[in-house]
Amino acid sequence: MSEQTGTGRTTRTETAPTGANTGTPAQQALLAVLVSGERPPAPNALSTSITFGHRALLKIRHVPEQLFDVTLFPIIMTLLFTFIFGGALAGSVEDYIQFFMPGVIVQSVVMITMYTGTTIRNDIEKGVFDRFRSLPIWRPSALVGMLLGDTVRFLIASAVMVGVGLLLGWRPQGGPVGVMLGILVVLLFSFSIGWIWTFIALLMRSSGAVMGVSMMVLMPLTFASNIFVSPTTLPGWLEAFVGVNPLSHVVTSARELMGGAELGSSFLIVLLWSAGFVLVFGPLTMWRYRDAR
Amino acid sequence: MNDLAIETSGLVKTFGTTRAVDGVDLAIARGGVHAVLGPNGAGKTTVMRVLATLTRPDAGTARVLGRDVVSDSKEVRRRVSLTGQFASLDEDLTGRDNLRLIGRLFGYSGRGARSRAEELLDAFSLTDAGDKQVKKYSGGMRRRLDIAASIVVTPELLFLDEPTTGLDPRSRNEVWDIVRAMVSGGTTVLLTTQYLEEADQLADRITVIDRGRVIAEGTSAELKASVGSGTLVVRVMDRADRPAAREVLGRELGVEVREEIDPSALTANVAGSAGVTRALTALEDAGIILAQFSLGQPTLDEVFLSITGHTAEDVEPERGSTEKTSTEEQAA
Ligand SMILES: Nc1ncnc2c1ncn2[C@@H]1O[C@H](COP(=O)(O)OP(=O)(O)O)[C@@H](O)[C@H]1O
Ligand SMILES: [Mg+2]
Repeated sequence: MSEQTGTGRTTRTETAPTGANTGTPAQQALLAVLVSGERPPAPNALSTSITFGHRALLKIRHVPEQLFDVTLFPIIMTLLFTFIFGGALAGSVEDYIQFFMPGVIVQSVVMITMYTGTTIRNDIEKGVFDRFRSLPIWRPSALVGMLLGDTVRFLIASAVMVGVGLLLGWRPQGGPVGVMLGILVVLLFSFSIGWIWTFIALLMRSSGAVMGVSMMVLMPLTFASNIFVSPTTLPGWLEAFVGVNPLSHVVTSARELMGGAELGSSFLIVLLWSAGFVLVFGPLTMWRYRDAR
Repeated sequence: MNDLAIETSGLVKTFGTTRAVDGVDLAIARGGVHAVLGPNGAGKTTVMRVLATLTRPDAGTARVLGRDVVSDSKEVRRRVSLTGQFASLDEDLTGRDNLRLIGRLFGYSGRGARSRAEELLDAFSLTDAGDKQVKKYSGGMRRRLDIAASIVVTPELLFLDEPTTGLDPRSRNEVWDIVRAMVSGGTTVLLTTQYLEEADQLADRITVIDRGRVIAEGTSAELKASVGSGTLVVRVMDRADRPAAREVLGRELGVEVREEIDPSALTANVAGSAGVTRALTALEDAGIILAQFSLGQPTLDEVFLSITGHTAEDVEPERGSTEKTSTEEQAA
């Protein structure tokens, strides 16, 4: 500390020179990447949505625990309900599973959609959405992409359950095509109700709250439906609710397609409900997304 | 008017009853570094988020690079980039994946995004860490990656919100170098900081904000000049000389000379440099050998104190390691 300084008391930590042409190699490398940072033509909405979907799938590779809810959970659901209800209600597992399998697929997948909301809430809390929202892209694409990525997870869950069902003696009359079409209806509906969870995720401040509200919505929908029992055995008021419950229509459509029966009006009702969810909760979500934090 | 990078008028943003931004007027030219300096809770982040179109103001207007942040937000987003106070990265993905993702979102092809990611990792000394998940990065690496993600496509204007808070001195210097390189590449940088030293080091002009309002604006020198006098610090080689030196200085400068805790140091507030040369010559004539002397303009700490009546640190309970370091440096 014996140097003679005449400059100032503010301590100056001497770092690399600030001039444009005289930088250290590190600074020159930085300058070079800055200069080469030319803007490619702007990507379209579909391409950015798919990129975000890809991000969701990359996460599975790094966080494989994420696959628990689309593998173990559906397997447990299938086994549990088949053996409990199968024994008690239908007398035999073999008989019951023919009726029950499409319903358990719908129920499990719809339950898993709840995770969409908590995932988004966590992402927002970690700040990664600040980056996405500051990009010059079609704004909904981050959310659309997440829902697309989730749709892949739902597909995995459905495939797992179909496999378990077949092992337990499920013989769908609709054949592979019928089963796949049935799953498609389930995926379409799940994508649509995903917008309810995105909206709730942007409304609530904690992932616990998001989970709680989602449960409150889903519990009555899944249990007051035709998933487990035929609604004609229910008291009148409950039967009426089961009749308007969109989930019942998803189950009915899936049963018809997978069972090789003729597709009834339920399919149309599912389409209308799905469109309704996207048209109502899509804009609501984007309205909250403007100030998301 | 269009050569301004940022122009706001009467900007207000409230959260419940908190007026986070309370009527901010800014006029910031293009080019160079502009610092927004203020203690924790002053409203720096909120101002930045409004300017970067992440949140909308409740009142007032803001134009960024000539575009309104509310009505023309997409055009603003096309031209600016924000590195937030907390890393906006996907912690589950690797550094490489994060950069490729942003590249794709800017419209690079798969291959283009890959090679852009490599260039950036290389320039930011992150190549070796490229395949590690971001959650395993150190604070400095995370910050560098976050800045790299902000310049995948070179922005005209870069917002850096407290880019060095919580970083160790070495990482802080790296970030400073990056900022300087950005500026020499032609990007305008607006950065916020709680660290007076940082604003002094990097910024061409400084806006001081406190409790959501602008309380001062100018170059570092102007802000210091507004406080008035500077400070002469003298350290004698031989501690025994200190009383004699104090007497000589007091006589020549005509002001009070204080003995510091450091047993060889003396300080005095002086009006200008005029009398100082004479005083130092007088010390030499008296045979007193100096280890060090410095004539400092007031520090920004003193500026802040004189404008607001409290120091930047008063309002901030916990302080980052960087600030501690710079205080230690000043005490040394
Ligand atoms: N999302 C928010 N909700 C409620 N209060 C907020 C929010 N963001 C900021 N604030 C409040 O606004 C004030 C300014 O905050 P901020 O802009 O983060 O300051 P700085 O970045 O200067 O520390 C603080 O009092 C803070 O508590
Ligand atoms: Mg802040």
